Formats: sequence, structure tokens, C-alpha cells
Amino acid sequence: MSEAVVTLHFSVDGEDFTSAGQASVQVKKSLRQLGISPEIIRKVSIAMYEGEINMVIHAGGGEADVLIYEDHIEIRLDDHGPGIANIEMAMQEGWSTAPDNIRSLGFGAGMGLPNMKRYTDEMKINSVLGEGTHIVMKVNL
Amino acid sequence: MTVHELAEALHLETIVEADGKRKIDGCYIGDLLSWVMGRAQSGNVWITIMSNINIVAVASLADVSCIILAEGVTVEENVRAVAEAKGVNLLASERTAYELAASLKDLIE
Repeated sequence: MSEAVVTLHFSVDGEDFTSAGQASVQVKKSLRQLGISPEIIRKVSIAMYEGEINMVIHAGGGEADVLIYEDHIEIRLDDHGPGIANIEMAMQEGWSTAPDNIRSLGFGAGMGLPNMKRYTDEMKINSVLGEGTHIVMKVNL
Repeated sequence: MTVHELAEALHLETIVEADGKRKIDGCYIGDLLSWVMGRAQSGNVWITIMSNINIVAVASLADVSCIILAEGVTVEENVRAVAEAKGVNLLASERTAYELAASLKDLIE
């Protein structure tokens, strides 16, 4: 595989729920500067935001990398949270383990992972209970 | 129709007009943020009663044309400031989401 043309790295702060989304908004800005089409930008930034929110809600933060290749964009999310017990369940719309305080903010509707799948062309989840979750998503250009 | 024209036609309160010339295209109503990101289309008017800071990021990422806060919902100063910084149009009304959407339909269809 050819080398990524641009790579972006972000640390997602697990403490500060109000600043969640900063990485996604930065990615949106960077993609726009690179002349990527608005529809691709929308897909990548929404998928990334859902991932960011998940890391804040469930994993106490984590790391996010965006790699831009000539023909696709790859988003890598890594956290050291509790892991996902049942990925099949978690992928179903409406299924969520988010606490009530998160739901009152408008999150925790069980649409995070489904949205990430909806807006990307490929999505792989690797999760180990007690160790963390690693997600790789690809959006074709 | 532009966001500015919409605000005038529906007598909306303008909290932030970051891009009044943005064209509006359809409407989405919802308060669950991931539903909005999953279902709202680019250019939609987004009507909600959710007023926390995360609505700004959601509006920006989902690329809606504006947010209308329904039913007299107000936002804190930091939400206004972030909307301005991120270029998100933020409007408000005392009317319900249903009333706003019904009036919007008359305007754009």
C-alpha cells in the first residue's frame, strides 16, 4: 500500500465532555483545505465524531488518527477502556450502555457505532474486555 | 431560500448569523444527536429543543444550514460563542417544532 499523503493525530480527552468533537471539527477543516468533496468530509467527520464521543462516554478518552491516502481516508481509534462485550449487539441501532447523564445530553441513543458503519465503506472493530477497543474505518475517495 | 430570509419570514430570533446566505434545503427535527447525524441531510434546517454545547459540533459536522431552537429554549453564552467561532447559524423561536415545520413547509414547497 502506498504511503499516506497526510496524517493527523489527536488525543481525545476523556474528562471533558463539552470539548468532545474538537478533533472531528479539526479534521473537517483539514479535509476542506485539501479540497476533499463536502459529501466525503461529512462522512469522515461524522464517523470520527461518533468515535470520539464513544471514547469519551465509555473509555475515558483515547487516541485518534486520520490517514489520508490517494484513494481513501482511514480513521483509526484506539482506547484502553473496558472493551465491548457483545459487538453484534452494539452494532444494532438503539442498543446502548450509556448512563442517564449522557442520555440527557442527547447522546446514548445507540446510534454511534451504526452511524460509523453507515458513513464508512469499511469498518473493523477489535475489542478485548478489560483491555480496550481498536476501530479502523475507511472511506473511499 | 436563504437562512436570513427564513429568519425574517418566520420571525425567528437570530442568536448567531454566521452565514445568512446559506441556502436551506428541507428540514429535520430531533433531539437525539446521533439520530440527527445519521438522518439529517446536508442543508437541512434542524429544529430541536436540545441546547447544550454539543449541538454546535453536530450542526457543523452534519452540515445543516441552521439550527432553530424551538419552544423558547435558550442557550448559554458559551454555546453562542462556539457557534459564532464555528460558523453555525443559530436561530430561536417560542413556537413548537411542529408549528415551525408547518410554516417552513408553506414557505419552501
